[in-house]
Amino acid sequence: MAYALQQLINGLTLGAMYGLIAIGYTMVYGIIGMINFAHGDIFMVSAFIAVTAFTLLAAADVTSVPLALTFVLIVSIFFTSAYGWAVERTAYRPLRGSTRLAPLISAIGMSILLQNTVQLTQGARVKPIPPVIEGGIELWNTPAFTVQIGWSQLLIIVTTLILMVAFTWMITQTPFGRQQRACEQDRTMAALLGVNVDRTISFTFMLGAALAAVAGVMVTVYYGVVDFFIGFLAGIKAFTAAVLGGIGSLPGAMLGGLLIGLIESFWAAYLWPEYKDVATFGILCLVLMLRPSGLLGRPEVEKV
Amino acid sequence: MSAVVFARHAMTPAERLRDASWVAFVGLILGIPLIGLTTVDVGGKLAIETRFGLLAAAVVAVFFGRLLLRWAVDQARNRKLDRDRASTATAADRARGTQKLVSVLGWLALGASIALPIAFSDNRYVVDTATTVLIYVMLGWGLNVVVGLAGLLDLGYVAFYAVGAYSYALLSTQFGWSFWEALPVSGAIAASFGILLGYPILRLRGDYLAIVTLGFGEIIRIILVNWTELSGGPNGIGSIPRPSFFGLEFTRSAPEGQQTFADFFGLEFSAMHRLIFLYYLILVLALLTNLFVSRLRKLPVGRAWEALREDEIACQAMGMNTTNIKLSAFAIGAMLGGFAGVFFAARQGFISPESFVFTESAIVLAIVVLGGMGSQMGVVLAATLLVLIPEFGRNFSEYRMLLFGLAMVLIMVWRPGGLLAHREPTLRLNPLVQDAGAKEAA
Repeated sequence: MAYALQQLINGLTLGAMYGLIAIGYTMVYGIIGMINFAHGDIFMVSAFIAVTAFTLLAAADVTSVPLALTFVLIVSIFFTSAYGWAVERTAYRPLRGSTRLAPLISAIGMSILLQNTVQLTQGARVKPIPPVIEGGIELWNTPAFTVQIGWSQLLIIVTTLILMVAFTWMITQTPFGRQQRACEQDRTMAALLGVNVDRTISFTFMLGAALAAVAGVMVTVYYGVVDFFIGFLAGIKAFTAAVLGGIGSLPGAMLGGLLIGLIESFWAAYLWPEYKDVATFGILCLVLMLRPSGLLGRPEVEKV
Repeated sequence: MSAVVFARHAMTPAERLRDASWVAFVGLILGIPLIGLTTVDVGGKLAIETRFGLLAAAVVAVFFGRLLLRWAVDQARNRKLDRDRASTATAADRARGTQKLVSVLGWLALGASIALPIAFSDNRYVVDTATTVLIYVMLGWGLNVVVGLAGLLDLGYVAFYAVGAYSYALLSTQFGWSFWEALPVSGAIAASFGILLGYPILRLRGDYLAIVTLGFGEIIRIILVNWTELSGGPNGIGSIPRPSFFGLEFTRSAPEGQQTFADFFGLEFSAMHRLIFLYYLILVLALLTNLFVSRLRKLPVGRAWEALREDEIACQAMGMNTTNIKLSAFAIGAMLGGFAGVFFAARQGFISPESFVFTESAIVLAIVVLGGMGSQMGVVLAATLLVLIPEFGRNFSEYRMLLFGLAMVLIMVWRPGGLLAHREPTLRLNPLVQDAGAKEAA
């Protein structure tokens, strides 16, 4: 029981991170209908920026953890959004309105390009940083097992919650959110009504990248190691999460992320850890067969 | 057909400078965290290292690169406008011209590929690389059935390639089957995997299908890594027998009572014989694939694939069984991938899950899309390009994958429809009617 509770906490932490990345996929898919394959690598770039920023702070003898975290978050969000913007501008915007597969190929190329740029400029080795946040709260002490929630885990879950609330507010209440939803429904009509579609799409990419940047900082804090290949698997899992929740739906992305995180940690704890990715994809297939539009997705109505 | 052509406002030098400065500024922001700063390991701890000189050089390069690119693009556009205004050719004429060019190109490529091993009979590297190109051509033609003709996005094609390769490896090392016996069986196994995967998921719409096939590719790879008793795990399977030439082995000395290839033809033994034989083998396999696919396109099932790609709802309304049609495309694509896998295993003599990662699927898909979906010649062109770019990059090997990614983005942005975007219609209306239509349009 205690062990299961611990897995629940670990799974939620993992799921929160997947969910943050998944939102980037789902928003981009919602607005321009493409799989942004480079999103996982944007997340990887943000983790590297976080490592650099933490090292800078250590060199400057900043010891206050909240100050350090705020600084790293701001720096990482700024640069990562710039990457999100640049990727959209160079690799996707010229292809808007062409076949559905063209931007996908360009995105795969972008993903290879980003991975290799980071490998070349930052080195292929794993980058470890000293633990930023240590310790935690002991929730339940049984003789056999101690359930513990680390401060970093708590931070991840709370930050994700706050971001989700802020994000929902932004999409439902602000002018930008309205424009974003308008573009999602009908880009031509939105343009006719005076919405700057290009800017809205750019901003969507930047927002997705910013959320990926938060996830990148969290991963750096939580695991303490980063390498240039983390983007691939995280990206696939997050995209799986977005599809599982129903692509195009924001709460769906978060729900899918949490589910994938929980499935992964419970499967690894009780069944065969080496097959945990098989479990993720297997369950995805099952869900899609039974509910082809995902858990919270609206069924697609095709007009002829 | 003379479309109204608007002259584009020409940029003034000041505008060009402003544009280039803006791009350089973006480059600066992007460059700071990755180029300007890096972390290095100093005594077990990370320390910051700055490379502002390099960053400055990169920004200057971006500035002038942008200036030059803008200028070149403008020049090219103006020239194209002039040409379009001057020529009276209609779109139909132009399409026919391209078509003729492509078919000439095809025959040239065929001639070159037959002559290549004769011209380079002592150059191991060239023959090896050409064999690799042909493997990708074959994979591309196989995937073209699924993506180009049937319009199903498959991101896990490498799974079938892996199934074919492992089937041959296991059949030959465990049961002593020869290459020719194992080839059809392995293809059939790969096809049944295609059906097994396809049956439950083909109801899904495009992008869901993509992610499920991607997941399937990963599942196959993870199983190959972890099921050590079957696949040898990460160590893979070694000493896979090589194909023989109608029972003649390509070895220095034959076993008791048999002859080697060199003995039989009275040649001096040379290691190149096998390489050249393998080259011709894959050439024949690839050409058979091409013939097979282009015949299929003329059959009802092939027409059904293309109809499905264009409009699924219309197909359903016409009473076509879309699931079965998709399934046949999936199975045939899988089978062709399986054949390529068998050849790959036989050529390498050693396979491991390392060879079947997602990047391979991405490369094959890129070959199909870069070539121009559904275009057989486009696949050849794209496969040659994508294999040769990293090969040329070997001199500065660190940058080869970087160049590869960059090339994918640039080609796509430059020609979104693929290198040979023109698609040959399988059915033509009465040519007379069409000519009249073309004149009317002009």
